[in-house]
Amino acid sequence: MSILINKNTRVMTQGITGKTGQFHTKMGKEYANGKNCYVAGVNPKKPGESYEGIPIFATVKEAKQKTGANVSVIYVPPPFAAAAIDEAVEADLDLVICITEGIPVRDMIRTKYKMQGKRTKLIGPNCPGVITPDEIKIGIMPGHIHKKGRIGVVSRSGTLTYEAVGQLMELGLGQSSCVGIGGDPVNGLKHVDVLRMFNDDPETDAVIMVGEIGGSDEENAARWVKANMKKPVVGFIAGVTAPPGKRMGHAGAIISGGKGTAQEKLAVMEECGIKATKNPAEMGKLLKSVLK
Amino acid sequence: MLSLRSTATRMKIHEYQAKEILRKYGVATPHGIPCFSVDEAIKAARDLGGKVWVVKAQIHAGGRGKGGGVKVAKSEAEVRESAGKILGMMLKTHQTGPEGQKVRRLLVEEGADIRKELYIGMVVDRGTQRVALMASSEGGMDIEEVAAKTPEKIHKIFVDPGTGLKDAEADDVATKIGIPAASVPQARAILKGLYRAFEETDASLAEINPLILTGDGKVVALDAKINFDDNALFRHPDLQQLRDLDEEDPQEVEASKYDLNYIQLDGDIGCLVNGAGLAMATMDIIKLYGGAPANFLDVGGGATTEKVTEAFKIMLRIPHLKAILVNIFGGIMKCDVIAAGVVAAAKQVSLRVPLVVRLEGTNVDLGKKILAESGLPIISGSNMADAAQKVVAAARGGRA
Repeated sequence: MSILINKNTRVMTQGITGKTGQFHTKMGKEYANGKNCYVAGVNPKKPGESYEGIPIFATVKEAKQKTGANVSVIYVPPPFAAAAIDEAVEADLDLVICITEGIPVRDMIRTKYKMQGKRTKLIGPNCPGVITPDEIKIGIMPGHIHKKGRIGVVSRSGTLTYEAVGQLMELGLGQSSCVGIGGDPVNGLKHVDVLRMFNDDPETDAVIMVGEIGGSDEENAARWVKANMKKPVVGFIAGVTAPPGKRMGHAGAIISGGKGTAQEKLAVMEECGIKATKNPAEMGKLLKSVLK
Repeated sequence: MLSLRSTATRMKIHEYQAKEILRKYGVATPHGIPCFSVDEAIKAARDLGGKVWVVKAQIHAGGRGKGGGVKVAKSEAEVRESAGKILGMMLKTHQTGPEGQKVRRLLVEEGADIRKELYIGMVVDRGTQRVALMASSEGGMDIEEVAAKTPEKIHKIFVDPGTGLKDAEADDVATKIGIPAASVPQARAILKGLYRAFEETDASLAEINPLILTGDGKVVALDAKINFDDNALFRHPDLQQLRDLDEEDPQEVEASKYDLNYIQLDGDIGCLVNGAGLAMATMDIIKLYGGAPANFLDVGGGATTEKVTEAFKIMLRIPHLKAILVNIFGGIMKCDVIAAGVVAAAKQVSLRVPLVVRLEGTNVDLGKKILAESGLPIISGSNMADAAQKVVAAARGGRA
């Protein structure tokens, strides 16, 4: 097993005719079971055309009906990306993974508001995507650095996720699934949501949680771990040395109530029984140390 | 608290520009005129009329009053004197660097009869994924201290994106911060105007500090600050015109021309990294091994040889630079592209400091081969820890 996606997942690409969408759809199709997984593309102006043998439909709804795709990945440019998420949610897909970077925050606030009460899950935006090694890759991560195993990885950062995976691989540890939730302030699944899934996944033994300064997602996740998690979790928080002078004025500091610093996050994580390292080169080693 | 990811996504403007925007949304402000010279300041005071004026330095940093950038003038002679003193001064506040920021613009305003100083602000709240309105009876300069010591004095509303800020919510918060009943309708107009301005301009932060209650019961925005979401500027060509490059770090301005996410810091080790998270982690590990990063630089996923070359040029302009660390975990970014960029940059500019490179990920072998065959004195780091230790040692030892 795995979380979110596996070899039976059927994917459509929204934005399949753009350069980025084409490149990563091709890479995804070439990875593991990708040939069977990537079944549709969406572009309202090019229905009836195809890319790499993948049929293109005018709408998400039609792509879902005709191919059975239950997951979408979005490479649509930022001004139109939030509307693309809305369309996927309206079509009642299981999961939407939005890779697009640079979506206006206001658009995402509206999209999240419209998602209330809907069952579709969102990963991202501004994220590397999700990979279940040796089964399926949806997103922009390099597939070849991964292999199947029993460690879960969840991270707000793309390349820092690759770094964690690289360190695991040096120690011979494969991954069940790796999830990049993205770095934007308004986004889909949070650390806590992904940890809950790893907790329920019988094929995940332990999890690396990679966080960043800002917000209180890592603190919320840590408190949930303390109360519910049956598996070891280790963590790293990027930004311990970020300069305090560059802040978002008073309002930013007040809303966070002095929270959101790396120190605060590390303190809460320790308190909740999550071992955290201050050395980003030791994430893998730390994870190995907690395995039984 | 800052996220380095977002530092590049919030264009700032001056107080007088923020007030011009807010007035369009029905927010009451004092009458005022922006000025670029002492003569203009005197003319502004005459045009405004009255007997008391406030001469205010216009820089992007806050804390201007404490630093001597805001003066009350009770005659034309005093306007002349204050304007002369403030224009051109290096204004130091807790938000500028130690050397201060040069004042190039003034705002001359009519004086206000202040009975009470209040605070209102708006920001996007990550927790609720909504716009948060914050208000306090304790306006003025120490609002962060108020929040830390007496959080019960900060009232928050998380605005429903479907309805916007409701009348009842606005009235309730106005009452809570001590606006008398007769003035509540004015406060409501300001709160609702601020929310609409925030929404429609794609702001990332909007603040009125202080919001004042005057002797005759008027509610007025005495100061104003708005930052914008850079990701939304494409739909606001009018706001783009308000950018003032004099107020930005020249290194950061140069970097922004090449779409590089760059922030100038105080240390002596230059960093070139792909991805914001890995870039922050690279700064952290340099510090952990006893060094100090000179900058934050995320070259992004789609970096070209040209971008990498420009990034090198920008870092090499730092006078006290002692070494450079390139840390790349290639995903979309291919290691051979970075390697070619490093080699091209090193040939174009004279590389006067040791260079440590750590490559991993897509096309790593090709990248390493390009570096090895370049004949450049590049120190290779086998992993992140090794590279960080080597660059710290190189910075300490001077030339490698």
